Amino acid sequence: MMTETILAIEQLETYYGKIHALKGISLEVKQGQIVTLLGSNGAGKSTTLRTISGLVPAGAGKVSFMGRDITKEEPHNIVSMGLIHVPEGRRIFKGLTVKENLELGSFTLKDDMERQKRIEHVFEIFPILEDRQKQDAGLLSGGEQQMLAIGRAMMTEPKLLLLDEPSMGLAPIIVREIMRIIKRLNEEGTTILLVEQNAKIALKLADYGYVLETGKIVMEGDGATLREDRSIVQAYLGA
Amino acid sequence: MNTEKNITTQTRLTDNIYAGLEKKPVLYGIFALLIVAVLLVPQFANNYLLEIFTNTWFYIVLCLGLNIVVGYAGLLDLGYAAFFAIGAYTTGILSSQFGMNFWLTLPFSILFSALSGVIIGGPTLRLRSDYLAIVTLGFGEIIRIAARNLSITGGASGLIGIERPYLFGIYLSKIHHFYYLFFLLVILAVIVSYRLHYSRLGRAWQYIREDEDAAEAMGINRVQIKLYAFVIGAIFGGMAGSFYAIKMTAISPETFVFTQSAMILLAVVLGGMGKIPGVILGACALVLFPEIFREIGQMRMLLFGIVLLIIMIFRPQGIWPERRN
Repeated sequence: MMTETILAIEQLETYYGKIHALKGISLEVKQGQIVTLLGSNGAGKSTTLRTISGLVPAGAGKVSFMGRDITKEEPHNIVSMGLIHVPEGRRIFKGLTVKENLELGSFTLKDDMERQKRIEHVFEIFPILEDRQKQDAGLLSGGEQQMLAIGRAMMTEPKLLLLDEPSMGLAPIIVREIMRIIKRLNEEGTTILLVEQNAKIALKLADYGYVLETGKIVMEGDGATLREDRSIVQAYLGA
Repeated sequence: MNTEKNITTQTRLTDNIYAGLEKKPVLYGIFALLIVAVLLVPQFANNYLLEIFTNTWFYIVLCLGLNIVVGYAGLLDLGYAAFFAIGAYTTGILSSQFGMNFWLTLPFSILFSALSGVIIGGPTLRLRSDYLAIVTLGFGEIIRIAARNLSITGGASGLIGIERPYLFGIYLSKIHHFYYLFFLLVILAVIVSYRLHYSRLGRAWQYIREDEDAAEAMGINRVQIKLYAFVIGAIFGGMAGSFYAIKMTAISPETFVFTQSAMILLAVVLGGMGKIPGVILGACALVLFPEIFREIGQMRMLLFGIVLLIIMIFRPQGIWPERRN
């Protein structure tokens, strides 16, 4: 069976002023997959995601999503096509309640019934968020904030979810919980591009992986192959 | 160490007072009392007092308008007086040179202020960070200098003989007419500000203000949402300008200098950005402080500056700020 390519990146280059952050990256995400992008600090992982979602303009190359060229598209239009980016550091709105944060996720939606339905779905995936729905999101623990950030993104019912280091700064047990949820979202039909520094946990989930080093892809392969590769485990395990 | 502790307990105390004031029955009670008081003032007050109050109402409208831009959307506008000028000159030119009725000039005033908001905001709001501040600063000066040099605006001496209108058969000429008229504008501005704050748009402004990237990543059109704030703020300024023109019957470019923009901004920041009662307090302070201390002459602006410094040091969030969480 041929699986459809949902996201394709060809020779993508990005600059921050004079700094050449991405030096021609090509990668592919197929419908229904979890693809991971590994690399150490400063390799360009976040930049790749930010360029895909339009938050930083691409210098050269092409990004296509479901067959459409989105390289020059405005970020809010990309969101409405079904590609959503959960930025690094969670970026939830402190001072607003958990529920209000989720409502932001469906901001572009005008149907209140549908919104309620989606909120209930998010609560089903993250029961802890339902218990805390009236609390200030700033008072949540790190893991709960990460869940809220993912839950907020799920409010748009995305086709493709870009996750930027969801394990960052979390205790191992919470990381496992988050990974379990990512797996579940994927099984429910969301395609996922997962950026991680923690190669070991990411490769447990991923169907396919890319390794990024100073703005270039230095290795790629399916999850199982990369898991076996001792050099990767050694270099990017972080332990 | 000790003083720091004092400041926090003090802050907590004022916050508790405000929280008490924000309970609904208390709030409505205060509103009712204030409105009755405001309506009764002209029975007792002399013209000087009425003039000051009218002036206060006027600045409240301007400050509420700028609050939408600065407080709600978090955009720094350093040339707000430009929109006030556009409104005032639109009404001034149309009524003094084309003999148009004041009420008919209002739609034009809205149109021109909104249009200038789009022209200035459209390109600059695409950029991040503080470019808007620089552009609005320049825009404020351009409008003033243009008004001073064009013949249609009456040059440096400005426009005189702007026709005052009738309202419900009353010819608006006495100070208490304007006192009531401007108070009506205040009520209108408060209602619009309040409704906007709790609207979908208000929510979007809040998201953009708190975290532009996150809001954008969730599908909010950053440029469009900011432009709404900028244009709505411009319309507030334009309307206030039109009413200013008929109250004064004469306008000159020197009314719209940079200090005017700076003072309005100051009142918003001083009172508490994004918070309607805070902004109103700020506007009152802006007008009343120099009046109360008129006797000490030139010294009063110095004193005003010192008071501002003290407030900025001990209460940087403003007198009555928006309550977080």
